[in-house]
Amino acid sequence: MSTNVLATPADVDLLPTQDGEDLRAAVRSVLAAQCDPTAVIACYDGDRSVVAPLWRALAVDLGLAGLLVPEEHGGHGATARDAAVVLEELGAAVAPVPFLTSSVLATGLLASPTATDAAAEVLTALAAGEQVATLVVPWSTGPGDVPLLGSDGGAVRSVAGAVEADVLLVPVAAAGGTEVRAVPVAAAEVTGVPSLDMTRQLADVRVSAEALAAAPVVVADADAALTDALTLGAALLASEQAGIIRWCVTTTVAYLKERRQFGRVVGGFQALKHRLADLYVEAEQATAAATWAAATAAEGAGPDAGPDEARLASAVAASYCSRVAVHAAEETVQLHAGIAMTWEHPAHLALKRAKSDQIALGSPEQHHVIVADLARLPGPTAG
Amino acid sequence: MTAADLRERVERLLAEHDPATTDRLDFLRARYDAGLAWVWFPEGLGGLGLARGDQGPVDALLAEAGAPGNHPERNGIGLGMAAPTILRFGTEEQKKRFLRPLWTGEEIWCQLFSEPGAGSDLAGLATRAVPDGDGWVVNGQKVWTSGAHNAQLAILVARTDPDAPKHRGLTYFLCDMTDPGVEVRPLRQITGEAEFNEVFLNDVRIPDSQRLGEVGQGWLVAAATLDNERVAIGGAAAPREAGMIGKVARTWRERPELRTTGVHQQLVESWVDAEVARVTGVRLRQKLAQGQPGPEGSAMKLVFAGLAQRLSGLELELLAEDGLRYSDWTMVRPDRVDFTGRDAGYRYLRAKGNSIEGGTSEILRNVIAERVLGLPGEHRVDKDVPWKEIPR
Repeated sequence: MSTNVLATPADVDLLPTQDGEDLRAAVRSVLAAQCDPTAVIACYDGDRSVVAPLWRALAVDLGLAGLLVPEEHGGHGATARDAAVVLEELGAAVAPVPFLTSSVLATGLLASPTATDAAAEVLTALAAGEQVATLVVPWSTGPGDVPLLGSDGGAVRSVAGAVEADVLLVPVAAAGGTEVRAVPVAAAEVTGVPSLDMTRQLADVRVSAEALAAAPVVVADADAALTDALTLGAALLASEQAGIIRWCVTTTVAYLKERRQFGRVVGGFQALKHRLADLYVEAEQATAAATWAAATAAEGAGPDAGPDEARLASAVAASYCSRVAVHAAEETVQLHAGIAMTWEHPAHLALKRAKSDQIALGSPEQHHVIVADLARLPGPTAG
Repeated sequence: MTAADLRERVERLLAEHDPATTDRLDFLRARYDAGLAWVWFPEGLGGLGLARGDQGPVDALLAEAGAPGNHPERNGIGLGMAAPTILRFGTEEQKKRFLRPLWTGEEIWCQLFSEPGAGSDLAGLATRAVPDGDGWVVNGQKVWTSGAHNAQLAILVARTDPDAPKHRGLTYFLCDMTDPGVEVRPLRQITGEAEFNEVFLNDVRIPDSQRLGEVGQGWLVAAATLDNERVAIGGAAAPREAGMIGKVARTWRERPELRTTGVHQQLVESWVDAEVARVTGVRLRQKLAQGQPGPEGSAMKLVFAGLAQRLSGLELELLAEDGLRYSDWTMVRPDRVDFTGRDAGYRYLRAKGNSIEGGTSEILRNVIAERVLGLPGEHRVDKDVPWKEIPR
């Protein structure tokens, strides 16, 4: 039964907490030491040597792999708010690590109410940083219609997080309904593909009927669990986008304060000042929207708000932050001009991640369909 | 003070002044005296020195008990701009004299800032204030003065030193609008009505006790008012679907025969933008609760103006043949600023002012670029030049 999202929810606290800022500082310091843009750019040339040590430092040393894993499975039992802080930092560095795919999306799915005992085993391994998991759907899949494999197996194109994964969570249309099976990567065929965003490289995944049959069910009756996990994923993707946006604004403002043309600092030209001001305003709004989505995912919005409030916050943030992240990255390229067209300058990392993120976990248009439904704004043909 | 203490204070006010039997004005005065008008103001001035965030529960309790409100929309300039400026820069006597009747609405305020030759370049204003005995004599002309026809008092910026560069020769005053030298003429607008006025100041006498801040420091005080103005315009708490988005969404729901695919796409995207703006406003107010308003308020005002203009235009398109009609072109002088109350055509036209009043969107972008992002200021040929030597 849907709740009335038109009622105004209670204000959630959108300001940073001390714990959150401590977490941010810790993540930032690891990224500063181990996520140099030059090494990240190398991912595009096939050198992914930055990934493993960086992931170990974040996942194991900082314990981020277990951030959202419940304490009884060896995790920290933290909330989406904490994950949002991490993702802002990972986004700002365009870090090539499987935090969103494994520690948010797969973890969220495995912690859902219809998860089985077999899921607990995987969660424990994820929390310890011993394994990495991913959900086997095209990375463009939004909360809604999830493409399923049949029990005879098959192929899924453009899966994120599979290149790094040890465990593949495969949604299957089974006789008893939708279920998710945990296939070890060794039992499947994972082929990395050249991706627009090589810092989150996609792969084509093929799973045989035998591999599926041998894999344990980790989530039964999984429709709602898949929607919820993808809703959480989209909500937190918005924080990654907010991080990209922050990097774009900060970097571009700093550059335009230094760069001189016609004997003047370029940032003093009013046309450019106005574009940066607009970008700042959009960045502030994106941060608020993403924080709201994470806080609502974490805590709901008070006793009167139903689960639809979290779905709405996720769809609004995903739609808005997608749009702004792409705009910010495109402005970063334009305002850096020629230097942004070079391989050495990291602007292209942000652009490629931002454009890919816009399509990831549901396009803005798909999220608008969710918003239209929840806000009771039916399309013209809906009658 | 704990939440329970505050609650008890509200309950005591309600017990001693039953809203059902107490005269409206008596109740508002009692509420002010109980420190429950604006609880973040100091004790004795309508507040209790609490956090801004403590006001919400107080308002909710009072509304629940059926207590009368103070119609803030009728005195938006008083409450949003004059009050915080007086609180920050006023003497103890000024605070005691002006804040109580301001809050209760016994005295309505307007803002005598803009002039025919000084809009965005406010510091270039020409209205003169000349010392005279224990006060000042003011001459000049103001324009775009909302609600001057209802106001008893005004915040006024006037030039006291034409030999100083323009920002340094200004002084801020509290002006009595009932002075015989004040002449208010309606200024009919694009909507047909006259919400604004021209105000002519002819030998208006202002006692020195109604000077706010130091002589020559008027720009500093005015800048604080402008920050407050932008926060008041852009940062007001609003429910989901408040303002223009609510109007368009309701029409969409109630009139399925008007729906088209193109408008649907724009409507849903705007719904997202309006909701993001609402949430950003929540965050801004949480920030403000920790300190003075800064240039961040300019950002919300920009957003508010853009949304109002986009949506009011979309509403006319949605209404199709009805969008071609207009309710009433009669010249009236409304007693409050009304952005959304009338029909769609009025809303479309009135919204054009949202990116002009209280600082144009272009000026606000400069404010954000310079004061928030630290980019270089505009080239100023009038910098350090005595005001009287600047060509006009």
